[in-house]
Amino acid sequence: MKRFVIKEFLHIFRDVRSMIILFGMPLIQVLLFGYAITNEIKDARISVIDHSMDYASQAVTKRLYASGYFLEGEHIGSTQQIEESFRKGENKMVVVIGQDFARKLESGNHPAIHLIADASDPNTANLLVSYASGIITAYSREIFLPENIPVIVPESRMLYNPDLRGVYMFVPGIITILLMLVSAMMTSIAIAREKELGTMEVLLVSPLKPLHIVAGKVLPYVLLSFINATAILLLSYFVFGVPVHGNLLLLLGESLLFILLALSLGIFISTVSNNQQTALMLSMFALMLPTILLSGFVFPIENMPDILQWISLAMPPRWFITIIKSIMIKGSGIEFIWKETLILVVMTMIFILASVKKFKIRLE
Amino acid sequence: MINENSKNYVIEVEGLVKKFGSFVANDNLSFFVEKGEIFGFLGANGAGKTTTIKILCGLLQPTSGKIRVAGCDVYTQTEAIKRQIGYMSQRFSLYEDLTINENFRFYGGIYGMNKAAIREKAEMMLEQLQLSDFKNSLISTLPLGIKQKLSFSIAIMHSPQIVFLDEPTGGVDPITRRQFWEMIYETAASGITVFATTHYMDEAEYCDRISIMVDGRIEAMDTPQNLKNQYQAIDMNEVFLKLARKAM
Repeated sequence: MKRFVIKEFLHIFRDVRSMIILFGMPLIQVLLFGYAITNEIKDARISVIDHSMDYASQAVTKRLYASGYFLEGEHIGSTQQIEESFRKGENKMVVVIGQDFARKLESGNHPAIHLIADASDPNTANLLVSYASGIITAYSREIFLPENIPVIVPESRMLYNPDLRGVYMFVPGIITILLMLVSAMMTSIAIAREKELGTMEVLLVSPLKPLHIVAGKVLPYVLLSFINATAILLLSYFVFGVPVHGNLLLLLGESLLFILLALSLGIFISTVSNNQQTALMLSMFALMLPTILLSGFVFPIENMPDILQWISLAMPPRWFITIIKSIMIKGSGIEFIWKETLILVVMTMIFILASVKKFKIRLE
Repeated sequence: MINENSKNYVIEVEGLVKKFGSFVANDNLSFFVEKGEIFGFLGANGAGKTTTIKILCGLLQPTSGKIRVAGCDVYTQTEAIKRQIGYMSQRFSLYEDLTINENFRFYGGIYGMNKAAIREKAEMMLEQLQLSDFKNSLISTLPLGIKQKLSFSIAIMHSPQIVFLDEPTGGVDPITRRQFWEMIYETAASGITVFATTHYMDEAEYCDRISIMVDGRIEAMDTPQNLKNQYQAIDMNEVFLKLARKAM
């Protein structure tokens, strides 16, 4: 058994490809998502049409430009020019401040302020509007504490992410994808390799019990996946400043549970595939695509058609993403996520049972 | 007939039948192999050799028949059988990305040998193969013939009672094959029974006794010399062709 684990580690360390998948991938993914593929906005060009020109409207304008999200784009004199400006791509959003802004604000008569965004790119438009709303609301709160006159109701998504940082959304998703990838894909390939090379036959002829063979193959990956998850958390904390508001032990415990789930899935995949190629394809299509598309990582589940929503219920990553988002960002304890945890436990048991049944002691 | 004299038999097969659905892979086989014997198991591809070997190794459950390997029953004592046998498949059983020494340590380990025993045995075997200087080389860097000899050494490193060789010499040149068979002779002389399948007819001549399988049945079983006399053939190839033709 010990020998088996040692041998498995040797396989991993000698194979450059495995090493890259194991350790290069997490690093690159986190950095890529964190820096490059974020959907947060920096330096978006906007213009302000100010019909008031009083101290309040100018303060709001200044705040917008000082936020770092917006740059002063081509100046627009009237609302008639907005469409043309969008078409030319000069501006992404135009802020129109109505007349008597300061007076209305002081008297509590909801002053008019309109945010008009170029929605040919809906995601960006949505974000721009949210950002601007956040800034304007913050301003109105500052002046009129404690009355709290909302000028524009901000989007609820800013609740737990006041800085509107995309990396908050991505880190839970990336951890999920990577654990799935490393745990499930790597184990399924490692077991399929033994079958392909014919060494599985020799192992089955030996006095080793099938349970030992599987455990020996899986143990190294449990350890490496766990190290990986920890590395991603450290990286996102120190490089991107993503906090862990909840209990760290709970977070690691849930990660371990998800690793076990992914591994049992990997074993299950390997029992139905006879070579590495099949295992790889199955992992790709059965694991990676649903993880990315149906887990709520990229596309919000609430916006999906009913059928896809039903399917997403069966996707382990969906539950895990909910769990780590709750722990990391909202600081929830186990009392808020026991349902999701239970679902993962049940799924793990189902996959382990199915694999044990399928894993053939006798090569029929 | 299993009787008092069966003590010398390490493999006892009586009326072995193995069916896959309606297909009969092994049709009522009976044979006995003595301790220290080199028993050749011949037949064309698909004649049912591999099925028989898998049943004897405990990888497949027979449909019916009385079968004992190393004194143990294949229906109920597969775990005990597994400790008493070695196995070398037609594909390599060595890990290409591990060194010679690491392969020895791994396989010795899964057969429950302790470190000292593994080291001692590995050193001795590498000495015989004149590979001591290469013990830290990766298997993938070695030529095919050497890999095969190493595979065989590893299959018998835990001193099994019987070693099963499933087409061990596929794709190897005649000189290496000859050397390989010398290793087999030495092994048999040390008391380990060798049960080998092959479809090289010249190799059949090296065996003490051979059985020839055609379509799931044993068509002939005797020493190579007796078979040649019986079928009035100059070599085993001719014996085999005559038997195969009869089957058609």
